[in-house]
Amino acid sequence: MGKNAASKLLFQSSDWSFKTLSHAYDAIETIALDELGLDVYPNQLEIISSEQMLDAYSSVGMPLMYQHWSFGKRFVFEEHGYRKGHHGLAYELVINSNPCITYLMEENTMAMQTLVTAHAAFGHNHFFKNNYLFRQWTDAGAILSYMEFAKKYITKCEERHGTSAVEVILDSAHALMDQGVFRYRRPPRLSSKKEQERARERLEYEEQTYSDLWRTLPRATGRPDPEEAERDALERKKVLNLPEENLLYFLEKNSLILEPWQRELLRIVRVIAQYFYPQRQTKVMNEGCATFVHYTIINRLFDQGKISEGAMLEMLHSHSSVVFQPHFDDPRFSGLNPYALGLSLMQEIERICNHPTSEDRDWFPQIAGSGQWRETLLDAWANHRDESFILQYLSPHLIRKFRLFLLTDQADEKYCEVASIHNERGYEAIRKALARSYDVGANQQDIQVVDVDLLGDRRLRLQHNIKNGILLEEGNRDATLRHIRHLWGYDVSLAGIDAETGDVRYECSTTQLGG
Amino acid sequence: MPNFIDRRLNPKDKSLGNRRRFLKRAREELKRTIKEHVKTGRIADMDAGRKVPMPARGADEPTFQPARGSGDRQYVLPGNREYTPGDRIDKQPGAGGTGSAAGTGRDDDDFQFLLSREEVLDLFFEDLELPDMVKLSLKEAVAYKPRRAGFATSGSPTNINVGRTMRNSYGRRIALQRPGRKVVEAIAEEIARLEAETTPDTTRRQRIEALREKLDLLERRRRRISYVDPVDIRFNRFERQPLPNANAVMFCLMDVSSSMGEREKDLAKRFFVLLHLFLKRRYDRIDIVFIRHTDEAGEVDEDTFFYSPQSGGTVVSTALEEMQRIIEERYPAKEWNIYAAQASDGDNISRDSERCAALLNGPLMRLCQYYAYVEIIDERETEIFGSTDNGTSLWRAYRTVDGEWPNFQMTRIARPSDIYPVFRKLFARQPTLQYRS
Repeated sequence: MGKNAASKLLFQSSDWSFKTLSHAYDAIETIALDELGLDVYPNQLEIISSEQMLDAYSSVGMPLMYQHWSFGKRFVFEEHGYRKGHHGLAYELVINSNPCITYLMEENTMAMQTLVTAHAAFGHNHFFKNNYLFRQWTDAGAILSYMEFAKKYITKCEERHGTSAVEVILDSAHALMDQGVFRYRRPPRLSSKKEQERARERLEYEEQTYSDLWRTLPRATGRPDPEEAERDALERKKVLNLPEENLLYFLEKNSLILEPWQRELLRIVRVIAQYFYPQRQTKVMNEGCATFVHYTIINRLFDQGKISEGAMLEMLHSHSSVVFQPHFDDPRFSGLNPYALGLSLMQEIERICNHPTSEDRDWFPQIAGSGQWRETLLDAWANHRDESFILQYLSPHLIRKFRLFLLTDQADEKYCEVASIHNERGYEAIRKALARSYDVGANQQDIQVVDVDLLGDRRLRLQHNIKNGILLEEGNRDATLRHIRHLWGYDVSLAGIDAETGDVRYECSTTQLGG
Repeated sequence: MPNFIDRRLNPKDKSLGNRRRFLKRAREELKRTIKEHVKTGRIADMDAGRKVPMPARGADEPTFQPARGSGDRQYVLPGNREYTPGDRIDKQPGAGGTGSAAGTGRDDDDFQFLLSREEVLDLFFEDLELPDMVKLSLKEAVAYKPRRAGFATSGSPTNINVGRTMRNSYGRRIALQRPGRKVVEAIAEEIARLEAETTPDTTRRQRIEALREKLDLLERRRRRISYVDPVDIRFNRFERQPLPNANAVMFCLMDVSSSMGEREKDLAKRFFVLLHLFLKRRYDRIDIVFIRHTDEAGEVDEDTFFYSPQSGGTVVSTALEEMQRIIEERYPAKEWNIYAAQASDGDNISRDSERCAALLNGPLMRLCQYYAYVEIIDERETEIFGSTDNGTSLWRAYRTVDGEWPNFQMTRIARPSDIYPVFRKLFARQPTLQYRS
């Protein structure tokens, strides 16, 4: 009997080998696909060392990345923290690509590798493949070849134009990365490598056949008609498609001073920013989904007798430290833990579907007691982002469990006020406020191109729509404006307009800044 | 079946290019740090790796950031214990609430990163304008040779330590009670003896049986417990040890009279550091002796040497006499390679310069491997004194020594890049060091 039980175990010792990894993978896959009904990209598991993990960290988690000093700075920083023991390294890193690449650290024990495989290769992978944001806004199949192209292209530019010329463009583009995404309009799909090649060839052909003679043709003369000029300006504004929220896109298409290769650099930075935008909007859901999946799977494996008690304890220890949520007055507190919040939200759905209370029936009439927690979760994972998910599924029971409360902070007051707590009157307000705090689009600074007078001084006019009176930090603002000026070539001005009242709160321009 | 890929053997240092770019960007800031270090640090550990604070300038990445302390915000926080709606919490830092809700995270101020020895030297060499070959040879690591250092459980068969191995084997055999050869032979002998006796009776047969059984048991035991087991084996362990070189002593002589200001001392220090770096490459152990002088000389420690002011006239020969005395006392020329570096602004009391030259021409140059003299002059004076033999009395006196001894070097320096030529001889491929008797 004892021998029989032991032989069912997926692994005995804590050391891993490719054989045990593959055994564990198969067992996990059976549960994930058959019992949880997950739908995943094919997996590619890669074993890496801690140094390679640091490398991956500093190049924003991409397996291929162009070279830039800021990645070196991040590497130095991470390495310093790691050496000092300020923070450990992640056990895994997963890339939204097809096939889905998961990095496993070589130091992990076999128990950790099992946990991490369930977490990343199935949890995150399912989320990447099925969530609507990723489906619509990123192209998992093309990203790796695009990064390969980007890296090669930038290297080629460095050879042709010098490292520092490339660096200044990238510096400026990086400063605008947050303003380099389409939030509402769907971005054009990444074209395949071949098409890009063709576009490049066409551009090179145009460069070669450019004839300076055309420039010398005399312009049509005539008295300028003010009305016509007005109409022209409106027309141009329409042609430029203003206002435009994606500053990088606008500069790439319309800047008057950039060379074709410089525009291509802007495009690369913009594409990468866009690629990561869904991840920022689904942090809680993504981690929650992965944590829920690994927690369910390891418990199933344990029930099936495939994991020893020792290994199970090790996994549970790691699991519970990941989902630990310190209270707001704890020195360890650094905001709500997305793992803890995500997992709890999803476990709540399971509970409400299976064992609802009367309160749940009031709040969630569609799903309470339906028993269809798998279907509900799969649907939520596919069709929500953090903001809508919290708005839909944060239950009073969970608010009480986390003892959430809402604090309002007005800049001109000396104190913060507790607005709502976990009671009948507070649930709605807390749910709404928490959901809003996960709305990346609403929380980011809304800065748009509103006007540019191409015939006159060519000053690029930006507008900052101030929400809730939150201004921009001045030192950073001015430095970033200088970067925009560098890409635009002419003066840039920024006006802060209060979104509610329409008052102009501040105005600044690069002419005042100098440099 | 997923696709497993082992990436551990991929080429390392994927981030090296990024790190280089970052260092290049932060170069100015780093250079300033190293310069500061040259001023304040000790000569002997100039080339160690260094911690450098993260440079703020040139390495910031601005973006549009919300300003603290403006606007209305809302936070949802976990862990409410006693609050009810309408409670007010002071915004004092540390009073909870906003401070932690803002989640500042890391504090960049105390962030330091490590520059390797090579990077430090690169920065140090930068304005000394050393030829590349010299830079390379200064950075060159020391030669190593393996040296015995204890025992290890793994190694190559040629390194097996038989004594240790047999000692372990013996201990194990005792502990596991492996029957010795003599015991087995004794039993076998007794069986043979009993069998040889002609009259067989039952007791004897039984005894033979019992003995056979015992013999069999012992034999099996001997087979099971091997004579030498892999766990017994010990290997000699070797450690790479730097090749022992001869010892060297470096004398730093400096005029500390009031005419030597901050700039002069800084230049002098760079001059001493460079000589030390060079010697460090060649010698296992280097002693540094600091002798400062005004109108009298004395041996002092490094801090006093550079930082403690002293006033008085200038009599250079006192320093040379002091040096000679110390050599006789502590550094016999048979055992030590003696290097001397003298920095001065050239001031000397009249008639003493001749005495200095005499001292050098007499005993000192015979003792020294190398003697370098730098005269630190004002930048404005370079044009006047450029390459002429005119100058201070000390300079003129030393010119005579210079002609006499090939291992004597002298130059005037006004800026860091002038220092290197003094050492040109030292860095030549085949140094001429025959003047020792």
